[in-house]
Amino acid sequence: MTAVDTFSEGRSLRRIREDRTSSTAIGYSDPPKGSAEKAARANDGKPLRPRSVSGVALLPFLLPVTLVILWQAGSSFGFISDRIMPSPVAVVAAFWERLLSGELARDVGVSGARALSGLLIGGSIGFLLGIANGVSKLSEQLTDTTLQMLRTIPHLAMIPLVILWFGIGEEAKLFLTSLGVLFPIYLNTYHGVKNVDRDLIEMGRIYGMSGWSLFRKVIFPGALPSIFVGLRYALGIMWLTLIVSESIAANSGIGYMANTAREFMMTDVVVLALVIYAVLGKLADVIARTLERAALSWNPAYQR
Amino acid sequence: MPVGPYQSPLAFISDVELDAHHAAQPVDYQAAPQPAGLKLRGVEKRFGDNLVLRGLDLDVPAGQFLAIVGKSGCGKSTLLRLLVGLDEPTGGRIEFVDEEGKAVEPNSRIVFQEPRLLPWFSVADNVAVGLGDGVPKAFGRREAERALAGVQLSEKAKDWPSKLSGGQRQRVALARALVSRPGLLALDEPLGALDALTRIGMQDLVTDVWRELGFTAVLVTHDVAEAVHLADRVIVLDEGRISLDLEIPRDMPRRHGDPVLAELEGRLLDTILGKA
Repeated sequence: MTAVDTFSEGRSLRRIREDRTSSTAIGYSDPPKGSAEKAARANDGKPLRPRSVSGVALLPFLLPVTLVILWQAGSSFGFISDRIMPSPVAVVAAFWERLLSGELARDVGVSGARALSGLLIGGSIGFLLGIANGVSKLSEQLTDTTLQMLRTIPHLAMIPLVILWFGIGEEAKLFLTSLGVLFPIYLNTYHGVKNVDRDLIEMGRIYGMSGWSLFRKVIFPGALPSIFVGLRYALGIMWLTLIVSESIAANSGIGYMANTAREFMMTDVVVLALVIYAVLGKLADVIARTLERAALSWNPAYQR
Repeated sequence: MPVGPYQSPLAFISDVELDAHHAAQPVDYQAAPQPAGLKLRGVEKRFGDNLVLRGLDLDVPAGQFLAIVGKSGCGKSTLLRLLVGLDEPTGGRIEFVDEEGKAVEPNSRIVFQEPRLLPWFSVADNVAVGLGDGVPKAFGRREAERALAGVQLSEKAKDWPSKLSGGQRQRVALARALVSRPGLLALDEPLGALDALTRIGMQDLVTDVWRELGFTAVLVTHDVAEAVHLADRVIVLDEGRISLDLEIPRDMPRRHGDPVLAELEGRLLDTILGKA
């Protein structure tokens, strides 16, 4: 579930960003007239001051915190059965117990390493193909159609074949994750390179750039915003693929932890696994965003 | 003027043109820039069935400021692209000569209507692009600062181009073109996208740098007043031929609203519009 969220967030990044800014504008800085008047009256005619910064920063957490409190209350008063859903306190207890025993660190480490190596392998292939096909007509004609065809196959549909090829070892997970992240990175890199301003390339050539220097100074920076979109999209797919492949068969990792817990009806650990996926997914996205902002500081859209 | 000689990467268009002869010639930037005159003989340019330039003969002495005017589609921008080597003529030849008529390598640069700055480079780094690849960093920085000072933008050296106004960006583009002290500067409607007042400021700037650096300038514009204000000589291009070749006998800098210039402007307009 968590990974699916990240997944869809990646897909509609731009829209979400717009939504956020517009909702900020409506919600905080520019309240609709009628409500502003009402609020002013309730305030005994004192001028309205904008909410404090910390208040605005905390507001997004209001809903999740409320839900957790309700959930805890429901469990404590016996409305929610432990078998269906453990209480938040139980999840925290499970977390603590596994943290102390060292199992958690091991499982998270194993899953993280799988995710990262899949991203590195698939991402590099996608990136290199995207660059090659964006720059070279020959390479594009040789591989683009094939890649576009393969792209339409849902990579998780390959699971039966992958199990036949690699069994249920690490290779299978690595293959699936790499395959999953390859296409979004490929497509966005390719698209980014293709859409670099032709006038800038011409300018670069006039000033004596060619080959590597043209790539380094003009093409790569020009494609970078699009490459980052691909990366963030790929991160979502990376977690999704990992979760699925770890639940098929594994003897370590977060998916393994969740599946073993299911066999013993330990709902607290199952929910803990979900929470960990959520946190890891969010963490990956935050890192990607920070990189994006640092690398694209020249772009007015990323300046604060 | 600072700096000593260094190996110039005078790769002008692409590595194809960067033959060993070119690359090996050290360029002494302390030497005065060598203006390159033009000798065009029967220059033709054909795009498919469309003959855009029909056998042009034209001599431009080194150091002259030539303006080319004409209706859209008359071939003026095509001619400019040929002069700086962005395209090859389909017939005839273009030669570059010094004051004595000896053949020279033109270090030519072009400024487009759009500034074409790299948004991910600071203003100073954008100017340093004009020096070509492989220039020592410190040297590049020094030269970029010098060129920026020349267009009165020293204080913007560290800014991103996106922070600048349209006029400022075009000044950066001019600094980038001038940083390598070209012998020939081609200007393709460089002021076309600017508002009227910024334009006048830019015109004065172009006049100043031209008088100071002494390069040959070729300006393509649809604004006859601008051509008359800036150039020594204006030619009218009509359907790929020169239909009028006019000297402008006024000293620089010129005053806006000079009646002699206004009269010449009228004559040029009549020719372009076919009333003469």
